[in-house]
Amino acid sequence: MSSDLFPPADTPPPADDSRRTFMKQAGGIFGFALAAPLAGQAERLTAYSKTVTGATTLTLRINGQPRTVQAEPRVTLLDALRERLDLTGTKKGCDHGQCGACTVLVDGKRVNSCLTLAITAQGKEITTIEGLAKGDELHPMQAAFLKHDGFQCGYCTPGQILSGVACVQEGHAKTDDQCREWMSGNLCRCGAYANILAAVREVADKA
Amino acid sequence: MNDFSYTQATSAKEATSLLKDQPSAAYLAGGTTLLDLMKANLAEPPQLADINLLPFKGIEQTSDGLRIGAMERMSDVGENALVVQQYPAVSQALLLAASPQLRNMASIGGNILQRTRCGYFRDAAFPCNKRVPGSGCPALEGDHHNLAILGVSERCIANAYPGDLSVALAAFDAVLTLENQKGKQRRVPVTEFYLLPGKTPQKETVLEPGEMIVAATIPSAAHARRSAYLKVRERSSYAYALASAAVGLDVQGGTIRAARVALGGVGAQPWRSREAEKVLTGAPATEATFRAAATAALQGAQPREHNRYKVELAQNTLVRALQQVAAT
Repeated sequence: MSSDLFPPADTPPPADDSRRTFMKQAGGIFGFALAAPLAGQAERLTAYSKTVTGATTLTLRINGQPRTVQAEPRVTLLDALRERLDLTGTKKGCDHGQCGACTVLVDGKRVNSCLTLAITAQGKEITTIEGLAKGDELHPMQAAFLKHDGFQCGYCTPGQILSGVACVQEGHAKTDDQCREWMSGNLCRCGAYANILAAVREVADKA
Repeated sequence: MNDFSYTQATSAKEATSLLKDQPSAAYLAGGTTLLDLMKANLAEPPQLADINLLPFKGIEQTSDGLRIGAMERMSDVGENALVVQQYPAVSQALLLAASPQLRNMASIGGNILQRTRCGYFRDAAFPCNKRVPGSGCPALEGDHHNLAILGVSERCIANAYPGDLSVALAAFDAVLTLENQKGKQRRVPVTEFYLLPGKTPQKETVLEPGEMIVAATIPSAAHARRSAYLKVRERSSYAYALASAAVGLDVQGGTIRAARVALGGVGAQPWRSREAEKVLTGAPATEATFRAAATAALQGAQPREHNRYKVELAQNTLVRALQQVAAT
């Protein structure tokens, strides 16, 4: 990742994660670009008051916590998570929406973070693999992947697990065939599909 | 990906004005096509106008049929009860496309405007008449195993629309509502929206610069309620069609009163086959009729070395889709 996408002027995460603080920093969904431009930054206020040019401060609500990142509009949610926020559980596979390794939940829906611009994810609830467990207690889908050995190399696993969580929640894991079809957006080059299927189906049956 | 400025448009007027000021800017909806192309440096807009807040939403019954807002997502439309009941083929086309993740992101308008998967178009190292007019078409003699056999030209043999939804929309006489930079709306049938490559493969639709898709309206009909979308691929899910068929039949007493047929994967555009419909209409709903319709549908095919198989594949796909619908 070239450094020009992420200038060094980062702002630390807020100590206080109250809603008031979050709203003030995020400025709601629309207000983000109206925040005072950082000195030296190329933010441009044109006739279209919400135009953003160059790096600006984005506020993303990730796993329940507001996080800020300095990024240009072209930075994807995937790169913001991995390269800037140290949330490297989300994986970059193809970077073109063809493999599902980058799957995260945005407002509860599974999406490819490689084809989502970080700037458009502001004001939304983002859930990554790091946000599933409650302390030391694994999410049932994580536990099921361990139990059924739903991986070999593990690279596709965070995306598989998040996709599995959404698949069950959507009600699309009721039969093996249905589950296979609705998990088809997540490729596994090790071919652990049989065990992935067993894990997702087990969670669906218990749900 | 090139650097660009970003604007969250809050009205259609604001969005179209942005493109009036900066004609090489692009609208951003789900982003699944646009960002993919930008990452390959095939699109390099200096500005994106985010249109996700525009009110082109809702799925509602109107006097013209079911009106689907262009900003609705593929997943929501595919599982919408009205769509499932009244247009099974449209629902199936949506849910057999892409992946659950992409369907959650991609808008209806964006799906209709998705670009070809031709490998030469998608690799800037190659000439491509669609990308750089007049530069040539390596697909003619190169890898064209999944390119089009109907409506192609010597300049381009790509299936310009590689997807599924527009195939079903073309079959069931859907009409697109477009809005231009003056705020004026016009209605264009899906069958007239796409342009054949001819000598200008770079011009793919009738959209004017800055014009947006606002909605798609599908007329209600007996043949639409009794319909199906059959998709044949190189793997059983998450792949583009080698051949697909959207068909609808109104059969009464064993005789076909009305029929709709469109093919995907084989045409330079979503391929409505009025030739097949003519064979079907008034004929008995039998395999012999379906075979004759399939022959008529592929009559004008211009296959090449690596996609010759598509003629028979498309015929069989169509026959099986018709059998499937006739049996319901």
